[in-house]
Amino acid sequence: MAEFIDLVLLAMLALTALRIIFLKDLFAVVMLFGIYSFLSALIFVNLDAVDVAFTEASVGAGISTVLMLVTLAMTGRKEKQSTHSTLLPLFVVLVTGAALIYGTLDMPPFGHPDNPVHQHVAPRYIEESPKEVGLPNMVTSVLASYRGFDTLGETVVVFSALIGVLSLLGVRRKKKKDLESGLETHSVLHVVSKIIIPLVILFALYVQFHGDFGPGGGFQAGVIAAAAFILYALVLGLPKAFAVVGPKFLQWMASFGVLLYASVGLYSMYKGGHFLDYNKLAADPIAGQHYGIIIIELGVGITVFAVMLNIFYAFGSQAERSNVQ
Amino acid sequence: MSFIFDYYNYWIVVFLMMAGFYIVISANNLVKKIVGLNIFQTSVFMLYISMGKVTGGTAPIVVEGVTQYSNPLPHVLILTAIVVGVATTAVGLSLIVRIKQAYGTVEENEFENKDDAI
Amino acid sequence: MDFLDIVSSMLLLAGVFFGFSGAVGLFRFPDFFTRVHAASVTDSIAAILIIGGLLLQTSFDLNTAKLVFILLFLLVTSPTASHALAKSARHGGLLTLAESSSQDKQESAK
Repeated sequence: MAEFIDLVLLAMLALTALRIIFLKDLFAVVMLFGIYSFLSALIFVNLDAVDVAFTEASVGAGISTVLMLVTLAMTGRKEKQSTHSTLLPLFVVLVTGAALIYGTLDMPPFGHPDNPVHQHVAPRYIEESPKEVGLPNMVTSVLASYRGFDTLGETVVVFSALIGVLSLLGVRRKKKKDLESGLETHSVLHVVSKIIIPLVILFALYVQFHGDFGPGGGFQAGVIAAAAFILYALVLGLPKAFAVVGPKFLQWMASFGVLLYASVGLYSMYKGGHFLDYNKLAADPIAGQHYGIIIIELGVGITVFAVMLNIFYAFGSQAERSNVQ
Repeated sequence: MSFIFDYYNYWIVVFLMMAGFYIVISANNLVKKIVGLNIFQTSVFMLYISMGKVTGGTAPIVVEGVTQYSNPLPHVLILTAIVVGVATTAVGLSLIVRIKQAYGTVEENEFENKDDAI
Repeated sequence: MDFLDIVSSMLLLAGVFFGFSGAVGLFRFPDFFTRVHAASVTDSIAAILIIGGLLLQTSFDLNTAKLVFILLFLLVTSPTASHALAKSARHGGLLTLAESSSQDKQESAK
């Protein structure tokens, strides 16, 4: 049955991608891309990757769709007719695709438990991590403990993406009288979003601290919390959102998260272990692992939240400015 | 039939990858190119997650009485890659916004001859 | 086959029917507002029926609570989304089918 669902969902995914190629209306392209993200989240659930599905649903369908829509508001929604011929790209793609399809025939069959990918480190993660780290969710154990160094690198990449966006766009508060938000008169949206936003933030906190036991963790929680504030900014306008969490404060928060993560590593070195060796954080190694994971997940959550929200602020204030001009 | 089920996921991944690749090299509009890049990226995610799946296994969260789990390692790699992916997408989109401000257009063939404009 | 199983599968089937009719309406209806109407059928009644059917499959534990929360969330958000869609279309100056056809008649009378 699971195979059949897989078959249908992947076919729908392929059809969505095919439609995106031929659409000229970029607004529809972005909406289809949101559908594409949701479909891939469903497929990830079907392939047992619940944490990944969670992330894809909140990031792919939430944040990146909003960012693309804001960009479209500034660049226009129609794609002009292309002047060069489509034959050469088609030829290149067909040849590459044929070579790759030929390559897949050497791949190990899908889902077989004896595949090489399941022989290397995975058995150790699956069998030892509940004892060594003491968490039921193996993904969190691997993410935060076994591959903690890697995750630190990813957090730094997210942080430097924020630096890139800010140096390209910058967030400027406007001095003049602010533009009326288009949704100012929308009382239903106001009331409902005021009910929803606290619940979403509560859910983000649940995801943050329940990530050790179920799907979730810092990455997802940060994105969900950022989505709540983005909703607030969309409905009530950027100036009011700036009054709640300002862009300067967010920049501090983003660097604080990265530093919190790195300082756990330094502290474990001070205690006589390796960098990010949580066993040394407390007398009992398992308790040390718990402390370490909770703190670094908090660092990840803070950084991701601050980066996502600040990126949205940068795009949003840019769009407002181009509307004024 | 089992031959198809054994390789179906990989074929769809190749198809999606090529769809994204085609959009990137043929589209004129930069926003559409970014969408194409994202489709390409998601196809790579799909490849990793497909490789991590074990038939008859369950999600890698310890439950009493279950012995077979899917491989958690690809999940970890892809989870972080998704978040990094949206961050880099944001950098790409902000470059597009700057290009629009500098050249007044985001169609590739319209600004590539205007290099002296800045 | 338990009694609860029968009820739950009937609810699920009814949900699937409404979801399907919503999808057909989305494609077949003539203008934007009627399409929003069709789409909101999927959001509201189909979601309620499907989650109701799933609720009867749980054994009244944490999953039940989660499903109830999802149901409440959907009940609040999906009508709001339909409302916001229709209102912004109206704000953007889109006319309903009846209005645009009466306008056509006036123009042809002139």
